[in-house]
Amino acid sequence: MKISYFPGCTLNTTGKGFDNAVRASAAAVGLDLVELPEWNCCGATYPLIIDNMLELAAPAHILVAARDEGSTVTTACTTCYNVLKRTNRFIREHEEERERINTFIEAEYSGEVEVKDILHLLRDDVGFDVVQEKVQRPLQDLKVASYYGCMVLRPPDEVAYDDPDHPQSLDDLMAALGATPVDFAHKNECCGAYLAVKDPAVTQEMVYTILKSAQAAGAEAVATNCPLCQFNLDKQQAEMRRSHAGYQPVPIFYFSQLMGLALGLDARDYGWERHYVDVLPLLRERGFWNGMTDDS
Amino acid sequence: MTANAAAENGHSMRVMIVGAGIAGMQAALDIANSGYQVVLVDRLPSIGGHMHQLSETFPTLDCAQCILTPRTVDVGRHEKIKLHVYSEVEEIRGEMGDFRVRIRRKPAYVKWDICTGCGECTEKCPQSIPVEFDRHLELAKVMRSGKVRLEGTGKAIYTLSPQAVPKKPVIDVDYCTYFQRGKCRLCEKVCPVGAIDYEQQAAWFEERVGVIILATGFELYPLEKLGEYGGGQVPDVVDALAMERLLSASGPTAGIMRRPSDGREPKEVVWIQCAGSRDPELAMPYCSKLCCMYSAKQALLYKHKVHEGQAYVFYIDIRSAGKRYEEFIQRTMEEDRVLYVRGKVSKVFRENGKVMVWGVDTLTGLPVEVAADLVVVSPAMVPSEGTQRMADMLGLNVDEFGWWTEAEGNLAPLETSQPGIFLAGAGIGPKDIPEAVWQGSGAAGKALSLLSCWGEPKSPDDLSP
Repeated sequence: MKISYFPGCTLNTTGKGFDNAVRASAAAVGLDLVELPEWNCCGATYPLIIDNMLELAAPAHILVAARDEGSTVTTACTTCYNVLKRTNRFIREHEEERERINTFIEAEYSGEVEVKDILHLLRDDVGFDVVQEKVQRPLQDLKVASYYGCMVLRPPDEVAYDDPDHPQSLDDLMAALGATPVDFAHKNECCGAYLAVKDPAVTQEMVYTILKSAQAAGAEAVATNCPLCQFNLDKQQAEMRRSHAGYQPVPIFYFSQLMGLALGLDARDYGWERHYVDVLPLLRERGFWNGMTDDS
Repeated sequence: MTANAAAENGHSMRVMIVGAGIAGMQAALDIANSGYQVVLVDRLPSIGGHMHQLSETFPTLDCAQCILTPRTVDVGRHEKIKLHVYSEVEEIRGEMGDFRVRIRRKPAYVKWDICTGCGECTEKCPQSIPVEFDRHLELAKVMRSGKVRLEGTGKAIYTLSPQAVPKKPVIDVDYCTYFQRGKCRLCEKVCPVGAIDYEQQAAWFEERVGVIILATGFELYPLEKLGEYGGGQVPDVVDALAMERLLSASGPTAGIMRRPSDGREPKEVVWIQCAGSRDPELAMPYCSKLCCMYSAKQALLYKHKVHEGQAYVFYIDIRSAGKRYEEFIQRTMEEDRVLYVRGKVSKVFRENGKVMVWGVDTLTGLPVEVAADLVVVSPAMVPSEGTQRMADMLGLNVDEFGWWTEAEGNLAPLETSQPGIFLAGAGIGPKDIPEAVWQGSGAAGKALSLLSCWGEPKSPDDLSP
C-alpha cells in the first residue's frame, strides 16, 4: 500500500530516529511511505484566531501537494497531524475562506485529501493483527505504559480516531508487539507542551504526575507517539531527582522504536543516542537488544 | 350532552396516559376521580416512575416512598383506572375522540393473574443481577473465601421494590440461569401457586380512547458517555439516581452509607454538577434545573448519616428558584457545613483506592485536588427512551434535544399540535416533583374539558370503550 508521507520538521531533525523507525517499520508491515516531493512547515500550531487565513496557507500548501500525489496523506508527527487534519476540515467546511486561501496559495483545493495519523493507518488499514504476525522478537513481559498526549485526541470531533478519555490504540499496538500494556490514569494528560520553554518547573511537575502514575501502575517503559511529549517526558526526568527524592527515571520510547525492534529490523539509526534517559540498559537486560545495534 | 349522545357522535370517553410517573399518576387520579375511564401505560413492571427511586424530597425532606406509596396504591386500586404495565404503545391510529391504540405487553414469564406477590421466587432466586431500578449498582460482597466481589442488587426474577404496585414479579431473561443455560427452574419449584410460565409470550391489547396524555418523563445522560468522569468504569463514581438508592432506607444498603467498591463508609464525598448539562460541546446546552437542589439534599442527607464526613459540591452557579429552595441551600451550607466549590471538575480517576478529583476553584483561581471516597455525578436530564418513536407515531414534534414541543410555550404549554393530545411532566423538559404534579393536574383539566363537552361519565362498572 502506497501512502504519501509528510515527515515534518521535527522528524527531519531531532526526531530523525523516530522517522527512520517509522519508515522502516511501516515498510515491514506493507506500508510504503512515499515522502512528498516538496513540503514545508505545517505551521506548528493550528491558529486559534478564526480570521487569520494566512496561518492556514502553509498547511493548505502541504495538502495541495499531497492531493497531487494520492488520496491519503499520513504523518507520524502528532502536531503536524493535528494542524493538517483541522486545516483540511476547515477548508472543507468554509467555502468563503477556502476561496481566500486558494487565491493566496494559487491553488484549487477543497479538502479532497484524507489526513490520517500513522497510528490510525497501522490500526485500521494495516491492522494490528498483521503487525503481530510480522513480529520476530516479541517484547515479552515488557510492561509498557502508552502515552498519547493531546494532539491526536483533542478536539475529539475534529481529530480523534480513538476514545479521547480512554485511548487504546497505542496499548493495542504494544500488545501486538508482545509487550504487556499498562493502563494508567494519565495517558492523555498534558505533558506541559511549550510551557517547557517558559516555565520548566511547571512542566516538570506535570511530567512527574504522569510518570509517577505510570510507574505506580507497574510500567518499566513508556511508549509515545508524540515528539513533543517524548521530549518533555524524557528531558524533564534528568532534573527530577533534585525535586523528588528517590525518583527513578523510566525510559521514554517512540512507539516506532519498539516496533522496529520487535519486527527484528536494523535499529542502528533509531536515534538511541538522543535519549536523555538511556534506554539501552533496559533493552540489553531484557534481551530485546538486537545485535545489529551493538555499535552504540 | 349525555353519555348516549357521546356514543352517538362516536367519541370515546376514555383517556390514555402514557407514563405512570408522578405526572401521569396525578393526571390519572384527577380524571378517574371525575368519573371517567383511564388507561395507564408504563414500560416498567410497576408504576411510580423515578420518584419511586428517590430517598427524600427537597426542600421538606419527606420520605419519597412514604408520600408516593399511598398514591401508587390509589392508582392501582382505582376502579376507573386500567393499568397496562410492562407494556409499550406500539401503534396509534385515529384522531381525537377515536384513537385506536395497540399495546404490547412484554412477557413477564409469570402468570400475574394467579401470582399472589409473596416474593418467594425472588427470595430463592440464586442469580444476583444489577437492576435498572438501582441504576445497575454493583456492591462489594465478601465471599466465603474472603475475596471481595461486586454483586448486583437485584435478582433475575424481581419486583421493582417491596412497595411495588402491582407487586408482581418479572424474569430478566438476559440474566436468568434457566433462560441462559437451560437449567435451574428454582422459581418454578418454590412458587406456591404455580405461577411461573417460562413459555409465556408477549400479548397485544387494543384500546379505544378519546384523549391521550403523554407523560413520558426523562432519563439521565449515561455515565458511560462522560469519559472525563471515569466513563462508568469506576465503581465509586455513581450518578445521582444511584446515590438516591444508596441513601434510601429501602435501597440496597438499607440507607446505610456505603460505597460500592468495598462497602466502606465514605468519608469524603464529591458532587459534580452540570455533568453534560450546560455543555454545548455535548449538544446539551440547557440547564437540567434539579441538580442544584437534589445535590444539596443528598449532601445534607449524607452529612446527617456521616457526621464527620466531608461533602464537596462543585458547581457553576446555584440555581435554587423555587419556594423555600434558596433557604434549603443556605441551610446545607451553613448548618450542615457542606463545602461548595465554584468551578468545574476536569478529571476523575482511581488512585490507591481513592477516587481522585481534579478541578478548579474559580473564586481563588487555583486548581483543586480531592482524594475522595465516593463521587456523585449529576448527569444531564435527557428525554426518556422511546420519546422520539412516540412522536413519530403521533406526528408530533420534539425539539433538537428530544423534548416534547408544546403547541405554544407561554399560553398553551400542555397542548400539542394535535387536538386531543396533551403533555405533562419531565418529558417536556427537566422538572421537579411539584412541577410535574402541577402539569399532571393541568393536563387532566385539559382532558376533562373535552370529556365533559362530550358527555357524562359512564357508570363505574362499565369498562367498555
